[in-house]
Amino acid sequence: MTDPTFHLELQEHEKTFLDSNELIINMGPQHPATHGVLRVILKLDGEKVLGTECVIGYLHRGVEKIAEHRTYTMFNPYVDRMDYVAAVSNGLGYCESVEKLLNVEAPPRAKYIRVILAELNRLASHMLWLGTHALDIGAITPLFYTFRDREEILKIFEKYCGARLTTHAFRIGGCLYETYEGFEREVKKFLEFVTPKIGEYEELLTTNRIWVERTKGVGTISAKDCIALGVTGPVLRASGVKWDIRKAQPYAAYADFDFEVPIGQSGDTYDRYIVRMEEMRQSLRIIAQAIDRIPEGPIMARVPKVIKPPVGEIYHSIEAPKGELGYFIVSDGSTQPYRVRVRPPSFVNLQALDLMVRDQLVADVIAVIGTLDIVLGEVDR
Amino acid sequence: MQPVATTFFFYFLSGLTLVAGILVITRRNPVHSALALILALLGQAGLYLMLYAPFVAGVQIILYAGGIMVLFLFVIMLVNIEKSQKEEQFNKQWVVGILAAVALGVLFVLVYTKGKSLFPERVAQLPEQSNTQEIAVMLYGNYMFTFEIASLLLLVAIIGAVVMAKKRI
Amino acid sequence: MLNYIKSYLDSTTTPGQAGNMFWASVYILLIFLGLSVAVIAMNWLERKILAHMQVRLGPMRVGPHGLLQPIADAIKLLIKEDIMPSQADGFVFWVAPIIVVITAFTVFIVVPFGPTHAVTDMNIGVLFMLGVSSLSVLGIVMAGWASNSHYPLMGALRSSAQMVSYEIAMGLAVVSAVLMTSLNQTGTGTLSMIGIVQSQQAQQVWFAFKFFPLGLIAFFVFAVAMVAETNRAPFDLPEAESELTAGFHTEYSGFRWSLFFLAEYSAMIAVSSIAVTLWLGGWLRPFPHLLSGSTWDVVFSLLPGITFLLLGLIALVGVFRMPKHPYFRVQTIGLAGFGVVLGLIGLLLFLPPVRGRIQDIFWFSAKVAFFMYLYIWYRGTFPRYRFDQLMKVGWKVLLPVGIGVLILTAVAGVLL
Repeated sequence: MTDPTFHLELQEHEKTFLDSNELIINMGPQHPATHGVLRVILKLDGEKVLGTECVIGYLHRGVEKIAEHRTYTMFNPYVDRMDYVAAVSNGLGYCESVEKLLNVEAPPRAKYIRVILAELNRLASHMLWLGTHALDIGAITPLFYTFRDREEILKIFEKYCGARLTTHAFRIGGCLYETYEGFEREVKKFLEFVTPKIGEYEELLTTNRIWVERTKGVGTISAKDCIALGVTGPVLRASGVKWDIRKAQPYAAYADFDFEVPIGQSGDTYDRYIVRMEEMRQSLRIIAQAIDRIPEGPIMARVPKVIKPPVGEIYHSIEAPKGELGYFIVSDGSTQPYRVRVRPPSFVNLQALDLMVRDQLVADVIAVIGTLDIVLGEVDR
Repeated sequence: MQPVATTFFFYFLSGLTLVAGILVITRRNPVHSALALILALLGQAGLYLMLYAPFVAGVQIILYAGGIMVLFLFVIMLVNIEKSQKEEQFNKQWVVGILAAVALGVLFVLVYTKGKSLFPERVAQLPEQSNTQEIAVMLYGNYMFTFEIASLLLLVAIIGAVVMAKKRI
Repeated sequence: MLNYIKSYLDSTTTPGQAGNMFWASVYILLIFLGLSVAVIAMNWLERKILAHMQVRLGPMRVGPHGLLQPIADAIKLLIKEDIMPSQADGFVFWVAPIIVVITAFTVFIVVPFGPTHAVTDMNIGVLFMLGVSSLSVLGIVMAGWASNSHYPLMGALRSSAQMVSYEIAMGLAVVSAVLMTSLNQTGTGTLSMIGIVQSQQAQQVWFAFKFFPLGLIAFFVFAVAMVAETNRAPFDLPEAESELTAGFHTEYSGFRWSLFFLAEYSAMIAVSSIAVTLWLGGWLRPFPHLLSGSTWDVVFSLLPGITFLLLGLIALVGVFRMPKHPYFRVQTIGLAGFGVVLGLIGLLLFLPPVRGRIQDIFWFSAKVAFFMYLYIWYRGTFPRYRFDQLMKVGWKVLLPVGIGVLILTAVAGVLL
């Protein structure tokens, strides 16, 4: 493998008197603000960014390859390890894809449980994003506020399925676990608890002059560029495209709920912040509706013990907290998938980094990495 | 306040300034030269203090050591040091340099030998307490016009630097 | 010899002015010790206060409520391996932290803790403090350059640009306060730290409230610039953790790093001391004229003792709230002992001879402590400025405001 720095070296004609001080600097893989092991090679003119190059793969575990040697059921826990801060959404996407391949449908109650947990997970993911994003920009306090509240979500997960982070909450065909005693009460209590807290975060940041200055007009990306690069999720919506798979191609029980898809206008870091904050509120709305209307009934569809989908292929995507999370599964009729390809939102969104930070400052690179909300487990897989 | 060990401090500070000055021109690394220059300037500030001119000493520290030299270092760090280290240290105008040095040396010797007739035997000690006021009176009273012209000159220099450095304004 | 020592006791000036080397050394030693204790206390307080602002507890394990944590940290830093990058410029790398520490401590020579409680009083006191503290940027730049690494170099460049820019705004604010000292019969002001406080005493007003709101604006300009000067949040760009890992001291570890730490905190105390001296009346107690008379004098003189008694009381409340488990016995006893010591200090401060002498130092320290709290508060609240915004604030906001205040102060001084 050639050294990637090669591409960023100065061309001879670029070197002029007094301009020959471009720095090529490695940000990461060991860096406090690259959210794990992302390595960004920056070409700088003083503090101005002339170009970036992402080097990924430090967390590559070959998840897609592993799938080819596991049965459909055995592979289920592996997807949790991709976007480990939104493990529930990963599991939801995978289970639904295989269900679609099998041509079974989860019972309504299971769908509602899935929605509740997935939306709680969206909240948890956005809270983690907010905390780390604010920390990157220098506000250290929101991190602790969001972690305090995220803890309550993790407690609910733990009570439901025994795990806090890599939950493995769903099974192909529905849910394995019935809700525990007092689940609804606790979720409702959590909703009451967390609603004012979101206001608390906003109080610290939304009108904070420094925060606004640091985020407004930083990392702007147009709707056209977003679509061209395949960027999805809050990043796309902040650029003004009303595209949310929960609305556009409703899955699970999302068609039953009434919620808004917040969009931004300018596509800068501040808009993405506002969009995500509003999404947290909408998630609360969805959870409240789901808890009120959760039907009785079985939680597991009739699925054969040995899952052997018919020959064929399927692409199914869901709206994960970070964007469109899609699974492309090819079945050769055996118990093991022939090929599983994951369309990870973080990986696709990360491609926009270079476009967003060009001609901006080093500090903006940090802000943009934070606002893209990437998880390296998902980028590298 | 009684001066303490005046002779010792004079020789100490002068020696420091001289050694630092020599280091400035002999170090290959420009950053080392700049640091030596700072030391020389600090030594000078000490000498000003000994001349009962604390205000000048303070301004020397703030402006030269703390301000201008930081900007010097700023620029030096941005240029390619490895390249400048390889370049020839002393340039080709050494003949002129030696002539200038000899002329200056002769001047010093003359001042030292004949100086007693040129300068008064002993300069009246300025009161330390009112040194700052004296300077203010001089600058804003007697030499007001000169002072303003000098500041205008600096303003022009600033504008010139901005125009030269910035391609688009 | 004994006479030489005793002779100063009747003097009404600082030991430096009296030319008494013995007492000057004693004062230097006391200030050095006090400063070290203050830095240690500040370390603990910052971690605790920040923790409580962020809904967590902070250090709790080493000693009761983490009281021994700074000491444990200091030991850790001292026995840590001292790494020097192989490509570093050895001499500059070695000398940089020393310069930073020396400059940070030297400024305390002229800090007046009381009318006579200073090592010396220079007639260019303020200038001296600004000048010497402006030298600390040299140490930072040297550290960043000598590390021969990209992040420290960028930190050094940032800090040099930042400190040079904010020094100007700071200087303008200082000049407007110095102008105010000249409003007396003779019409001559002073740059001496003690002289500035004395002229506030004579004019019966702290300069922050003089020519309202001019003094307050100048004070505000200084208060912002001093945060930038000390590289603290929200102006902590030279060591911006999330951008430059640790900025100029990325490559430093162990003892050398702790020197930077020590210098940062003592520089914070130093600039706070300037602010207190110039605008908040230095060692003067609040409301010396509104609440005057012997009764109020006694009340105010009791406050230091009461403060320490309160601190002791808080510690004792902590003792009762300690978990009643044998594991916590040592910690409980330790906390009780700490509370008792604080209480005893409080009682000691009630003694009339001590009471009279401690007053000035107490008020000065209390005001500086207020600034220290502000520093922690800023850190808990604000995001970090970006570099261009920092420069914008410095050059386009603080500098014009500083010049405007200076001119208006001069006008007000002539007219009023």
